[in-house]
Amino acid sequence: MNSEKSDREPLFSLKNRKLITNPLSKDNPITVQVLGICSALAVTAKLEPAFVMSISVIAVLAIANVIIALLRNTIPPRIRIIVQLIVIASLVILVDQVLKAFAYDVSKQLSVFVGLIITNCIIMGRLEAFAMGNKPWPAFLDGVGNAFGYAWILIVVAFFRELLGSGTIWGYPIIENLGFYNWGYKDNGFMILPPMALIVVGIIIWIQRYRNKDLIEDK
Amino acid sequence: MKALRNYLDKIKPLFEKGGKLENLHSTFEAFEGFLFVPNKVTFKGSHIRDSVDMKRTMSVVVIALIPALLFGMWNVGFQHFLSISEETELWTCFWFGFLKVFPIIVVSYVVGLGIEFLFAQIRGHEVNEGFLVTGMLIPLILPPDIPLWMVAVATAFAVVIGKEVFGGTGMNILNPALTARAFLFFAYPQDMSGDKVWISEKGDAISGATPLGDALVDNIDKIPKMSDMFFGFIPGSIGETSTLAILIGAAILLFTGIGSWRIMLSVFAGGFIMGLLFNLWGLNEYMKIPAQEHLIMGGFAFGAVFMATDPVTASQTNKGKYIYGFLIGLIAILVRVFNPAYPEGMMLAILLMNVFAPLIDHYVIEANIKRRLKRIKIPVKN
Repeated sequence: MNSEKSDREPLFSLKNRKLITNPLSKDNPITVQVLGICSALAVTAKLEPAFVMSISVIAVLAIANVIIALLRNTIPPRIRIIVQLIVIASLVILVDQVLKAFAYDVSKQLSVFVGLIITNCIIMGRLEAFAMGNKPWPAFLDGVGNAFGYAWILIVVAFFRELLGSGTIWGYPIIENLGFYNWGYKDNGFMILPPMALIVVGIIIWIQRYRNKDLIEDK
Repeated sequence: MKALRNYLDKIKPLFEKGGKLENLHSTFEAFEGFLFVPNKVTFKGSHIRDSVDMKRTMSVVVIALIPALLFGMWNVGFQHFLSISEETELWTCFWFGFLKVFPIIVVSYVVGLGIEFLFAQIRGHEVNEGFLVTGMLIPLILPPDIPLWMVAVATAFAVVIGKEVFGGTGMNILNPALTARAFLFFAYPQDMSGDKVWISEKGDAISGATPLGDALVDNIDKIPKMSDMFFGFIPGSIGETSTLAILIGAAILLFTGIGSWRIMLSVFAGGFIMGLLFNLWGLNEYMKIPAQEHLIMGGFAFGAVFMATDPVTASQTNKGKYIYGFLIGLIAILVRVFNPAYPEGMMLAILLMNVFAPLIDHYVIEANIKRRLKRIKIPVKN
């Protein structure tokens, strides 16, 4: 314990800040690691469910990371996956109950996808890859960073899908109020369909790789 | 002509490496290539450059499309005047259709070529002639009243997502023209399907459904005579209605050796056999439509001749071409008859097989390797 105290680093050291900033761009869970694609396709037709989904994942991932980091030295390696799943599942049930209590409509819209946070590869991946081998504070930062990396992609995708697909932003009929429909504009029904979410994510990946050449694999 | 050549030679150094307008090199080359036969020669080895380069190949396909285009223009007018019960002359029909179709062609070319030039500039490669055909195909597979901005959006989507993200002409997995149509079909279904869109400025006198639309709702007796469908006096997408005009195009493609007869033949064979199977099955009226009628309804012939034979997205091996084409025909009729949401299965069948074409090639080549390995007699010592 003494040795741990002696090399304690500041809370937001460069290393710790990297834990948050890296997953936002060059180590993004969706666009670089290509995890959590399933829910990114399913809940991004509208901005509101995407936002609620993001909040839920941020909560689950941050808390799960901390809990597993606290338990990391007591978990027998052979049953670690089951322990991780139990932690995630309990948190997801909590989130689900909170949503049902305070945001019933949205929880209806999200339906099974709240429950399916359990199977979101990002969460299991971070627990396995990071929380099992790090202290609670860095694990917390890593969880928040990755969940935000997931969240901003979701929000961006949902913004474009809702704007172009339904002509609204957060339910506000912006296209109608701007009068575009009178000029013959029509909403793009393809945007509502899941394949278009894949294409929008693809375009984000494209832009990201164009700006950051490090991400391009060597041939 | 000579003055033009001299002028091009004069400004050429500007665009070459180190020149003032180096960045516009690919644009310059595209125009030079468009105006004159490229003077590229090989310096090493014993290669002979064939005079059939990409420009000529693409020009031949565009020429092959002209019968379908001209007939389509006339038919747009013919259907319009028929629906408002007016007798008119050939030229009035044609002029009406021309005014409808020409803007679509212009929009398709301007948007598509604009994006191609833009990407060529940014990436520093040559502008490929591939879009000359795509830009002509897109208008021919759309309904005549499609809003122009939709054409522009679809063309942009097809060129960027269908082609440029994969690396441009020759690297695309899906046929760009069909990508544009599929995009419109799913994005704006009210403008791309149903029985309201196929006749330009339709009067109320007739229903306006295509033969396929009629067949789907069990109006089998409403399906026009076979000769009408063969010559193309039916509502439908601009270029798809006349099987005769398409066959003229097919003849040009086959005569010049640019279209693959293997694919065309096997697509028709696949569609015909599937039609026959349905005839035997005969559960409902739709299945009882004679197999040969399936081949001249909707976009089947157009897809078989101009879309399935796209050399980039089709199978490359000869055996693969038979499999690829056969499955296109088969699936097209299958989708048509079984799926009421998609009255026209040809587009989906070709796009699906585009995706599978590399897989087919892979297995054809593997099988060939295996067959030849067997021939090797290795002495086995026991």
